[in-house]
Amino acid sequence: MVEEKRDAMFSLEALKGGNRSEFARLVEANYQLIYRLAFKILGNQQDAEDALQETFIKAFRYLKDFDGRSSISTWLYRIATNEALMILRKHKVDMVSVDEPLAEGEEEKEPLQIVDWCCMPEEELMSSEAKQTLDRAIERLPVSLRLVFVLRDIQGLSTRETGEVLDLSDTAVKTRLSRARLRLREDLSGYFGDRMIALQGKV
Amino acid sequence: MEHEECRHLLGELSEYIDGTLEAKLCAEIERHLLECERCRVVVDTLHKTVYLVQSTASEVQVPQEVRQRLFKRLDLDDFVQK
Ligand SMILES: [Zn+2]
Repeated sequence: MVEEKRDAMFSLEALKGGNRSEFARLVEANYQLIYRLAFKILGNQQDAEDALQETFIKAFRYLKDFDGRSSISTWLYRIATNEALMILRKHKVDMVSVDEPLAEGEEEKEPLQIVDWCCMPEEELMSSEAKQTLDRAIERLPVSLRLVFVLRDIQGLSTRETGEVLDLSDTAVKTRLSRARLRLREDLSGYFGDRMIALQGKV
Repeated sequence: MEHEECRHLLGELSEYIDGTLEAKLCAEIERHLLECERCRVVVDTLHKTVYLVQSTASEVQVPQEVRQRLFKRLDLDDFVQK
C-alpha cells in the first residue's frame, strides 16, 4: 500500500510529541497533495491556499489525538476535506448533505449526448479549451459527487480509502463516482461534439 | 425494451471500465454492447473522459509562494529547504 509506505517515513512518536522538524517533513511530503485536493474541490487558488494552511494548523494541533487507525495521509485528507467544506459553506454554496443517502440533484441522469469523439486528435482532446471545459464541468458537480470524484479520479485514492475520508460505504463511493463520471462525460460530449462539427466544416 | 436494458446497465458502466465489476455483470454488459451502438459510444466516451481527467490531474502545480507562505504560517521557516 503506497500510503502505508509514505507513513513509514515518519516517526509517529516524534510527530505526536510536537517535534517541529518531523512535522516539517510531514508538511513537505503532503502539501502538494492537499493543495491539489483543495484546488479541485474549491476551484480557485485563494480558497485552496486557505484550506491548505488550515489543514496543517489543525493537523499540528490534533496530531496528539491521531489514533493511527487510518494512514496519516488519509487523516490529513479528512481534515482538508472538512476545511474545504467549511469554506464552501461560508460562500453559501448550496449544500447538499455529504452523508448517505443520496440527496436530490445527484440522481443518475440518462445519457443524452451520443457522439463518438474518442478518435479526435490528441491535440484537440488535450487543448487548453478542452481542459477548461473539463474544469468547469467538475465545478458544476454537486459537492457530494465532486468530493468522491476528486478523491478517486484525481487524487487516485482507492474506493476504501475514499470511504474512510468521507465516512461513506463502498457502495456509496461507487455510486457517486459513477454519477460524477457520467455527468462529466455528458459535458465533454457536448463540447467535443461541437468541435467535431467545427473541424468538419474546415475540410 | 432495449432502452430499458441500457438504463439498467448505465450505473454499472463506471465499474466496468475500471475492471472491478463482477464477472456476471461484465458478461451481461459485453453481450449488450454487441447489439447496442448507443451504449458502445457511452462506454468509449466514458472511458476517454476518465482517461482525460487522470492524465491532466497531475498538472496542478503549487505556486512557490504558496509553499513559502504555508511554512511561514506554520512557523516552520527554519525548515524550508531552499
Ligand atoms: Zn444500450
